[in-house]
Amino acid sequence: MNLSGEAAVWSMIGVIVLLATAGDVLLAGAIRQIGDFDVIRSHSGLKGAVLAVLHNGRFFSGVLCMALSFFSLLFALSWADVSLVAPASAALTFVTNAFAAKWILKENVDGRRWIAAVCVCAGVFFLNR
Amino acid sequence: MTFRRYLILGAVMIGASVGDTFLSKGMKQVGPVSLHHLLTLLIALKNPWVFSGIAFLILFFASYLTALSWADLTFVLPATGFGYVIVALLSKFWLHETISAERWVGIALITLGVGFVTHGPSYTNHNHPDTDDDSDADSNPPELTTAVKEERSA
Repeated sequence: MNLSGEAAVWSMIGVIVLLATAGDVLLAGAIRQIGDFDVIRSHSGLKGAVLAVLHNGRFFSGVLCMALSFFSLLFALSWADVSLVAPASAALTFVTNAFAAKWILKENVDGRRWIAAVCVCAGVFFLNR
Repeated sequence: MTFRRYLILGAVMIGASVGDTFLSKGMKQVGPVSLHHLLTLLIALKNPWVFSGIAFLILFFASYLTALSWADLTFVLPATGFGYVIVALLSKFWLHETISAERWVGIALITLGVGFVTHGPSYTNHNHPDTDDDSDADSNPPELTTAVKEERSA
C-alpha cells in the first residue's frame, strides 16, 4: 500500500474523523445518561462521580473509538504534517459532529450553532493555509 | 456560565492544542510507522514528547467529560477549536513567528464562531429517548438521576 499519496493521507483523515465522531457521540451520550458531575459530586463526592462514569458501558465504547482515533492520528502524523492532519481532521469533525448531535443525540442544533460550526471549520481552514 | 465552567473550557482548549503539538514533535522524532510494524506505535509511547502530549490529552479528556456533563456536544466542540487561536497567538507573541493575513482571518472566524455559541445556552432542552429504556441507566444511583433532573429544571 502506497501511503505517500494525497489520497492515502485524506483516507487516514477520513478514518480519524469517523472514529472521533463516533467517540464524541458515544461519550456525550454516556455523560448525558450520568448527569451533571457537579451535582453528583455534591451528593457522592469525587469517588461517586468516577464510579458513575466507570459503570457506564457506553462510556467504554466511546473511549475505545477515541483510542482508535488517537492511534489513527499517531499513524497519520508519522506520514503527514501536523499542519494538515490536525486541523483538517478537527475541522471536518466539527461538521460531522453537528450532524451526529442533531440526528443521534437529538440536540437542538439551532442556527447559532450551525453558524458556529461553519465559522470554526472555515477558521481552521484559513489558519493553516 | 460560572467562572469555574469557563476555566474548564479553558482546560479543554489548552489540553487539546498543547497535547497535539507535543505529539507531533514526538512522532517526528519516532519517524514514519509502517503498516507492517504497527507495534512501533506502542514503542512511541516511550518518547518524552509523546508521553507529555498524552498527559496534556488526559487533562483535555477529563475537562472535556466534565464540560459534556453540563453542556451539549455542539456547545463544547467549537470551544475546542479556540485552542488553534491560542497556539497561533502564542507563536506570534512568544515565538515571534509571522502570522499571515489569512491566518488572522482564520483567528477572527474561530473567535466569531466561539462567541456565537458561548452566548447561547450551554444545554438545550431535548428529550432523552435513550435514557429511560437503556440498561446503562440502571447503573446510575436513582437519587443522583433525580437530583440532576431537579437541578436542570431549576
